[in-house]
Amino acid sequence: MSFLEARRISKSYGDAPILERVDLAVDEGSLVTIVGASGCGKSTFLRILLGQEQATGGEIHVGGEVLAGEPDEGRGIVFQRYSVFPHLTVLGNLMLPDDFEGSRFVGRLFGVKRKAARERAEAMMEKIGLAHAADRYPAQLSGGMQQRLAIGQALLKRPRILLLDEPFGALDPGTRQDMQAMLIDLWRETGMTVFMVTHDIQEAFHLGTRLLVFDKIRHDPQFPAAYGATITYDIPLRGQRQPAREAAEDPAVSAGAADDVRSLPFPAPFERGDEPHA
Amino acid sequence: MRLINQHPSRVWQVALGALPFALAIVAYMIASAIRRADNPQDKLLPSLTSMGEAMYGLAFVADRRTGGFILWSDTLASLERLAIGIAIAAAFAIVFGALIGILPIGRALFSPFVAAFSLIPPITILPILFIVLGLGEAAKIGLVAIGTAPLMIRALAQSVLDIPREEIVKAQTLGATTWQIATRVVFPQLWPKLILAIRLGLVPAWIFLISAEAIASTDGLGYRIFLVRRYLAMDVILPYVVWITLLAYVIDRALALFSRRVFPWAHLTGDAL
Repeated sequence: MSFLEARRISKSYGDAPILERVDLAVDEGSLVTIVGASGCGKSTFLRILLGQEQATGGEIHVGGEVLAGEPDEGRGIVFQRYSVFPHLTVLGNLMLPDDFEGSRFVGRLFGVKRKAARERAEAMMEKIGLAHAADRYPAQLSGGMQQRLAIGQALLKRPRILLLDEPFGALDPGTRQDMQAMLIDLWRETGMTVFMVTHDIQEAFHLGTRLLVFDKIRHDPQFPAAYGATITYDIPLRGQRQPAREAAEDPAVSAGAADDVRSLPFPAPFERGDEPHA
Repeated sequence: MRLINQHPSRVWQVALGALPFALAIVAYMIASAIRRADNPQDKLLPSLTSMGEAMYGLAFVADRRTGGFILWSDTLASLERLAIGIAIAAAFAIVFGALIGILPIGRALFSPFVAAFSLIPPITILPILFIVLGLGEAAKIGLVAIGTAPLMIRALAQSVLDIPREEIVKAQTLGATTWQIATRVVFPQLWPKLILAIRLGLVPAWIFLISAEAIASTDGLGYRIFLVRRYLAMDVILPYVVWITLLAYVIDRALALFSRRVFPWAHLTGDAL
């Protein structure tokens, strides 16, 4: 049995089906990228994985157990925006998980415990490159820095699953590349399973070990909302398990990945993203 | 350069801001002079000097009957009622605003009642308060509290609902309980909104305070205005109105400044008021 299994997941809002018959089995440590047209239900699927929304039908098992019906510490989340707390500084945001865990009623640590939490927060700040901005509030950070903070904050709980809902969608291309590199480093280091919804198909091919495409298989031109979406393509990718240079030097790996992509009915621009880097 | 792109310098800003005030005062002085030229005993538009003399008497000459200084004792009495009334309303606003905003169950339970209650014209409750609480301080404070609480409760509940859902979900993934979400995520973001709600609530609060004092009181700014109205004492009424306005303005600015000092993070984006 796989680490995460979704069986015949469906979701509808009132009479409008969003998702239907979604089946999925994902191994631990995968980096699953999810693409699809706007409104195809990919973010809805992510929210169901998170527990923020409940599937109308079907069930999801993680590590053999039914997924909890509300968000919990096992699943980290980074949204496109509003993922950090505006009233706390960078340091405060990064100490918050320990505050929650160590102090049930006051929600704040004191003394030795506070010092330990501070050290952990500072180590994370170092890792995400925000050590120089410890006392700044999120509104004083750039978009890229805010998202780095959001990812760092989520990782402090060491979640087995990290969910990313278009995390880099609002960032400029240069920042986006840096963020992708940071995500890959953290993913390799922690071995967590990542689900990442993105609009950027190049990004999806480049980062993922697996690519899911959500789309509608049935279509009623008279009534476009008649059917929900499901996973229409499920593509294994080479991913970024090893540092890029080693992967490129391994002809078997890069050739295999390239074949996978070329055999699929996608327009040319998407393929370029998966070319091994020279 | 287009008019839309012309920004006044700091000096000009102050000068332009002062201009309407100066014009209003000059217009008053002219109108007053015209009326007093007709009738030196005119009571409707007294001269600035006679207003100054009347206010000097109230502020710095001990009252023969009570031995107190009327302006200050009036001000103190009114501000005390205002402060207690607003404090009660704020307490209600925090508790019920948070319950309605944070908990879906709390919303279902209290939201319709608060919405209905807020539509009662508070002044119609005043006779009830006088009957139930007597003519003492409690009724006047009660009117201020009842007049402002529903508005503040709804403002705060909305502020909680305006906190992005993402933050609440994120807190849960960081292991927070409902109580911890309330105390570490919601309430800290609610305090600056409470100050804003108080600033909004102060506008109706002054109305209800003056009304209550006008009807049943033996001191207070509202009492004084309605007392001297019987003698057409515009030389007291007009300065009292200006004084009340000044108090309201200073309180409002002080609260705004307090919010900026204590909650700097809440004033980093937008926000001009």
